[in-house]
Amino acid sequence: MTDILQKLIIDCSTGEATYVPLTADEIAEREAQAAAWAEQQAADATAAQAAADKRTAVLSALAKAAGLTVQEVTDALA
Amino acid sequence: MAYNLIQTQTVSTAVPSITFSSIPQGYTDLYLVISARSSFATGSVSDLYVYFNGTTTGYTSRWLQGNGASASSSTSTAPADPLVTMANVAANTFNSVSVYIPNYAGSANKSYTLDDVTEDNSTTAYQRIVASLWSNTAAITSLTVSEANGANLVTGSTASLYGIN
Repeated sequence: MTDILQKLIIDCSTGEATYVPLTADEIAEREAQAAAWAEQQAADATAAQAAADKRTAVLSALAKAAGLTVQEVTDALA
Repeated sequence: MAYNLIQTQTVSTAVPSITFSSIPQGYTDLYLVISARSSFATGSVSDLYVYFNGTTTGYTSRWLQGNGASASSSTSTAPADPLVTMANVAANTFNSVSVYIPNYAGSANKSYTLDDVTEDNSTTAYQRIVASLWSNTAAITSLTVSEANGANLVTGSTASLYGIN
């Protein structure tokens, strides 16, 4: 048995709360929204990793130029 | 400034979204409070979407986020997206979100703010603040909170809408 997806609608003019089955279009939109969300998450993760990699490279270059350890540079910039 | 409860509702069965319709137009601002938990159980975070008049386009936002170990920032064109407590963290914990929407009944574009924490008493928890703009001049007559990735808001999730005057 497949569960029927329902949304909750609260009519503020009456106070009535109703559970309404999703239409086929709403289910399709929900699936598209989920796909977009996953795509955005992947893009965010890629961007975060790129930023972290860039930071690591800069810290390493600074440490090497200054004759310090990466940790010392990191602590100084904190 | 007075906060007037318009409606509050706790879901009694898992739902993908909660909508407040026929929002009265007589207040100056709206304030939405959400306590929700997602059925999603993969990864470390999931999002909610908060959107107006059934429209999921025309949004731009900037968010700042931290989890106790790292901080990050990003932009988004998704409807303002607070993080939601997920199914794979401590049982019976819910997120806590507040959304402030000034001049919701006006004819200008709608700027609004949002703050959020995921509640989890055993592992990493996230905090996020979001500044958002809905580039639409329509008065806000309905407001929807939905689970962003196709999962559900579990039983016990609650949304409360206040009018401010």
